[in-house]
Amino acid sequence: MTTTETAPLPGVAEQERAAVTVRGLVKRYGGRAVLDGLDLDVARGECFALLGPNGAGKTTTIEILEGVRRRDAGEIRVLGEDPATGGRRWRDRIGVVSQGEAAGQALTVRETLDHFASYHAAPVPTGELLAAVGLQESAGTRVVRLSGGQRRRLAVALGVQGRPELVFLDEPTTGMDPVARRQFWELVRGLRAGGTTVLLTTHYLDEAAELADRVGVVAGGRLVDVAPPDEVGAALRRHSTVSWIEDGARREVRTDAPAAVLRDLLAGPQAEIPGLTVTRPGLEDVYLQLVGATPSEIEGELR
Amino acid sequence: MTAVLMSHRSAPPSAARIARARLGIELRLFFREKQQVVFSFAYPVVMMVIFGSVLGGDERPGHIPFPQYFLAGIAATGIMLTSFQALGTSIAGERESGQLERLQLLGTPPAAYFAGKAGQVLVTTAAQLALLLPVARYGFDVPMPADLRHWLTFVWVAALGALAGTVLGIAVSALPGSATSVATGVSAFAIVLQFFSGVFFAANETPGWMQHIAALLPLKWLNQGMRSAFLPDRAGAVEVAGSWEHGRTALVLAAWVIIGTVICVRAFRWRRGEA
Repeated sequence: MTTTETAPLPGVAEQERAAVTVRGLVKRYGGRAVLDGLDLDVARGECFALLGPNGAGKTTTIEILEGVRRRDAGEIRVLGEDPATGGRRWRDRIGVVSQGEAAGQALTVRETLDHFASYHAAPVPTGELLAAVGLQESAGTRVVRLSGGQRRRLAVALGVQGRPELVFLDEPTTGMDPVARRQFWELVRGLRAGGTTVLLTTHYLDEAAELADRVGVVAGGRLVDVAPPDEVGAALRRHSTVSWIEDGARREVRTDAPAAVLRDLLAGPQAEIPGLTVTRPGLEDVYLQLVGATPSEIEGELR
Repeated sequence: MTAVLMSHRSAPPSAARIARARLGIELRLFFREKQQVVFSFAYPVVMMVIFGSVLGGDERPGHIPFPQYFLAGIAATGIMLTSFQALGTSIAGERESGQLERLQLLGTPPAAYFAGKAGQVLVTTAAQLALLLPVARYGFDVPMPADLRHWLTFVWVAALGALAGTVLGIAVSALPGSATSVATGVSAFAIVLQFFSGVFFAANETPGWMQHIAALLPLKWLNQGMRSAFLPDRAGAVEVAGSWEHGRTALVLAAWVIIGTVICVRAFRWRRGEA
């Protein structure tokens, strides 16, 4: 393992436009580097998805950016401040949609929101929040009786209650059913439309493709690629696979020039070429190659 | 809308304001959690009724009717439960469920959180004693403190004991292990300590080694201080030391307040395993 030179943080003007700037982030647990020189830039107003298998360091990254976990090395600015020393004013500008409980489960939804309003400088009125996340009907229900999906909505309401400029979502839809997931995505799109910067982690490719302006793929403690969802792994995507059936067996050719391969094929003696397809790798194929895992390994991890 | 608010945000609410909000929520939650209400709030009253009814005719050394002796002990126990046990269990649970992490993410000043807990202890302890004393007085003919001087003793002993229990409860919540194991450990310790500290048996009825251990811990002193408020002055002569030892009581309880505070400052964590 070589020591990496940590690039300096960008200038002040650039930092103003950036919501998050990370250079050379290192975090070790018991000598093992979970993050090993991670760089990251998230622009204001952007929705950025950190994508990677479990254990890749996504959650650790988010927790360091939230200022609740210490780092071992690296330079970080979140909304212009170092999270390790960010005070209450800074914390009031970021929002976190966390997996944990809010306050006691014996409180109603409205009581919970009313209580946490008193921690913020300019909280969104409870009625408005309830409407925004679609919990008006459950305002008087105790948290213990909420469904999983409703709890996530409450978590979102708490995350945005202080009118944050930047919202962190750590694997927000894990364990949700497809309907709840789609509703949740709508909430995130609403935030994004309102000008809030969103940084989310996920191991669902469709979620990243659906929500993010840009995707960062984390593997081996580093960001191995950053691009809009349909451009991730641009180099890998150039390869097409031309496939057809010849003498009863499937043949495949991987190529950067599928047209040339097709021309050769079509110039051949057969009138028809059975089973002919030309495919380009999708986000999933590219992702699996980027994180250096075969499909079977990944499925094992996702389960 | 957001863009306008970004540029001129006002400062977040003061620690005092958050502490007030915490106190409100702590009390609401305390009285909604059945386990808390039963095991730390109602316990002394139930024990008073049981032991008062069964052993009502017995006498303790110095010709003190059993219910009169027992009220002091069970009042001291009640203070320990609403402070030490209630906080130790609830804070460990709040840490495990992620509630403390949310407070940390919100930048909650630890002092505001502790103030909310301390306020909750004060209110629940006062309510508990306000329930226990009439039950003893009217159910078992236990005389109340004789005069203003004895009432003042009752107040300072109770306040100092509750304060020690509060800081030690916060301190003990940082013990390693799951919230359930912390709760079990704290409850078991609280039960054993009652037997050591003269709640059920008079101190001079217990073996010497038990007395020595009890003398190092706060409950014995809280209990002895309570006896000095509820029992006639002559009963002080049958104490182990032959007197009520008010000076030493204040000293030991104050020492535990300081020890507990130091542990809180050094060991309190919003989350498991990380600063």
